[in-house]
Amino acid sequence: MSHVDGNALAGPLSELFRDDMTTATGRCAHCGDVSVLAESLVYDAAPGWCARCHVCGDVLLTFVRAGDRLRLDLRGLTAVEVTL
Amino acid sequence: MGTVTSVRPETPTGRSIVIDVPQWPGNIAGQHVDVRLTAPDGYQASRSYSLASWGPEPRLQLAVDRLPDGEVSPYLVDDIQPGDMLEMRGPLGGWFVWTPDLTGPVQLIAGGSGVVPLVAMLRSHATSGSTAPMQLLYSVRTPEDRFFADELDGLGDVTYRYTRRTPDGSPAGRITKDALAAATLPAPAAVFVCGPTGFVESVATWLVELGHDPAAVKTERFGGK
Repeated sequence: MSHVDGNALAGPLSELFRDDMTTATGRCAHCGDVSVLAESLVYDAAPGWCARCHVCGDVLLTFVRAGDRLRLDLRGLTAVEVTL
Repeated sequence: MGTVTSVRPETPTGRSIVIDVPQWPGNIAGQHVDVRLTAPDGYQASRSYSLASWGPEPRLQLAVDRLPDGEVSPYLVDDIQPGDMLEMRGPLGGWFVWTPDLTGPVQLIAGGSGVVPLVAMLRSHATSGSTAPMQLLYSVRTPEDRFFADELDGLGDVTYRYTRRTPDGSPAGRITKDALAAATLPAPAAVFVCGPTGFVESVATWLVELGHDPAAVKTERFGGK
């Protein structure tokens, strides 16, 4: 399955966050890698987005929009940091 | 919402579109917009498109290649006309960007329509009078498939790699690691790679093998959905 990268999350995540989250760093809960979200591998063929760690491939987050609801699952991120 | 003001064929399968967006806050080179189309039955499809334009002007330029199975790109390439409205969100993305205050050498590497955000960087570089070294390696099928071909000749140091047919009949073919090494700036340089996913992953891997710091190689993949 083809993928894009975390840059593609900028629009969807702007519905929830004030700041650009693609330049935020996140720590992978599985391998501990710390990278900006823009570098994650994003699979967008599902009815939403799934971002995977670009080092170990584990799921960092999923984001689904269904009607008037947004669901963000951050199970694979143990810390997120933005520069103000 | 934006209003299309002009369209121009760029290649046999692609064209550029100029859109006026009155509330546009300006954008930096490399940013993108999400374009959303709504069908009469309410079905919606959204896609990301890089901006070829940069700066404070509320006049944006996209360049779009038609994907055979695309839901959005055939409409943008074949149907949309000046006067049409387009629902869009942006500017988006703060990672795959270049700003004129950066003074280090910059290597841009494009595959196909991945040249669009890199054109914005070349324009930003030229208009701002930046003295940072910047050059482009552009992998493209044939000479006719080049986006912004006329303008690129005047925008600086551009090397073409033709994958299907060259202008002079010399051998065409996909880029190799050796060709990449010969046609790009050595490390250390900021490198921006944009193109189809397979192209970007090959090039990014080779760049690291050639000594570039992975953190200095920024990528933007477009999947082809």
